[in-house]
Amino acid sequence: MSDIPAPVPRRLAFPPNWPMRIGLLVLLLYVVYASTILDITWTRFVAGVSHGGRFLARMFPPDFSPDKLVLLEAGMIESLQIAVLATIFGVALSLPLGLAAARNLSPAPLAWTARTLIALCRSLHPVIVAILFVKAVGFGALAGVLALIVASMGFLSKLIGEAVEEMSMKQMEAVRATGAPFLSVVVMGVMPQVMPRFIGFSAYQLDSNLRNSALVGLVGGGGIGATLFTAFQRFDYDFVLTIVLAIIAIVMVGEIVSGWMRRLFQ
Amino acid sequence: MDAKASFKPVAADGIDRSLVIRHLRKEYRSGLAVLKDVSLTIEGRGMTAIIGPSGTGKSTLVRCINRLVDPTAGEMLFMGQDLAKLRGRALRTARRRIGMVFQEYNLVERLSVIENVLCGRLGYLPVWRAWLRKFPPADIDRAFRLLDAVGLGEFANIRADQLSGGQRQRVGIARALMQDPDLVLADEPTSSLDPKTSVEIMELIARRAGERDIPVIVNIHNVDLARRFADRIVGMSKGEVVFDGPPRALEDSHLMAIYGGEGWLE
Repeated sequence: MSDIPAPVPRRLAFPPNWPMRIGLLVLLLYVVYASTILDITWTRFVAGVSHGGRFLARMFPPDFSPDKLVLLEAGMIESLQIAVLATIFGVALSLPLGLAAARNLSPAPLAWTARTLIALCRSLHPVIVAILFVKAVGFGALAGVLALIVASMGFLSKLIGEAVEEMSMKQMEAVRATGAPFLSVVVMGVMPQVMPRFIGFSAYQLDSNLRNSALVGLVGGGGIGATLFTAFQRFDYDFVLTIVLAIIAIVMVGEIVSGWMRRLFQ
Repeated sequence: MDAKASFKPVAADGIDRSLVIRHLRKEYRSGLAVLKDVSLTIEGRGMTAIIGPSGTGKSTLVRCINRLVDPTAGEMLFMGQDLAKLRGRALRTARRRIGMVFQEYNLVERLSVIENVLCGRLGYLPVWRAWLRKFPPADIDRAFRLLDAVGLGEFANIRADQLSGGQRQRVGIARALMQDPDLVLADEPTSSLDPKTSVEIMELIARRAGERDIPVIVNIHNVDLARRFADRIVGMSKGEVVFDGPPRALEDSHLMAIYGGEGWLE
């Protein structure tokens, strides 16, 4: 017997992952290629930063003159109304759509129809939907409300459908076993299970609609976005800053309120 | 229990609540029968216990009766109709006369205790009454009386998820009785409970169903409990009935036929 251990081939704890390495190399090459095509160069970046500096300098101090504040107030109130209306109608429409999309509740053809509709609502960004509605119903708050209803339906129905699919079937089965009609099963066996999450999603959607209501205004959907767009066009950069600050403030308040709502209904 | 000596198949009120099962067969996957040609006549009163090993089709049999599971073939005659053929409204009308108690209680966790008991009335009420919680006062009075009867009168307004297992099963029993049933099905009602609570729950089911002279069909793992409370024991093995008789006729040789082996009988 020898004291020297027989030479064992060294085992690799981390064998090289060639597919990953090749993938990263391809990604790097693509980034370089795309930057060249799009003319993204250091010189342009440096020039852009100095433009940005001048732009920022013109924004200070923010314009709080009374005539501007009247515009700001009107725009803000309209945006709030857009957000609240879109959330209320969006929630009301999402509930049936979400239930229809849940595969453990509705028959397959209905579930797939609902899922297709939801996918359609989600496929376009609210701004693009807003442009479509501005073309369809004209400039103003109505187009903004409609665009955000579509966005809310896409988001809420999908999450409600998923919440319903994750609920306890046993609780629902017991209600069904009492001979309850389908809608009573939904009211007493399904809704209590998904309600807290539904309220949480709705609060989050209100928060998100507040932010997006500023966005849809930029393309003609009314509200503070329209005021912001006009200010840009008139080079009133100091007023632009006022509007941006106001939007940040209201979004933060919205976040606090929605967080508080979610905690309340846990 | 002397009731057994004077056992009559029809209840004191003269209504025939007997259930005749003929050639019942259930295949979850084509060709693989869980229930093979089960025929049983269950008298319209008293407790029938179904015993047998796990996976032998006891649960499927009980769930076929109220059609939580659809049988593949066979008939189940109850109060003048074949339960196997019912669908839609007729099925719901039949279901509301069949109370069910579940192994895991299957209460709607986020509803209050009284709301869970009132779920037993959903088959008799329009949806809007459930939605607005506008239950008829007579139903509410009866729900409170039933909660008193199962010893949970002071828990009416707390949420079901705050209760212990034994308390939940009491609520489950109250919900089944709230249906004013002509038949009570109990699917392993004591399997999730400790031995003492199990006895209490079986006593409660036997007593409350006995007062109303309603037949009970109970699936049960525990042979001692079956012996103690049932008027009749049906032993199943591999989807077939292999024993049918009064508790005192059930001997070790039968248990060996039902469960197989003998070491566990020591």
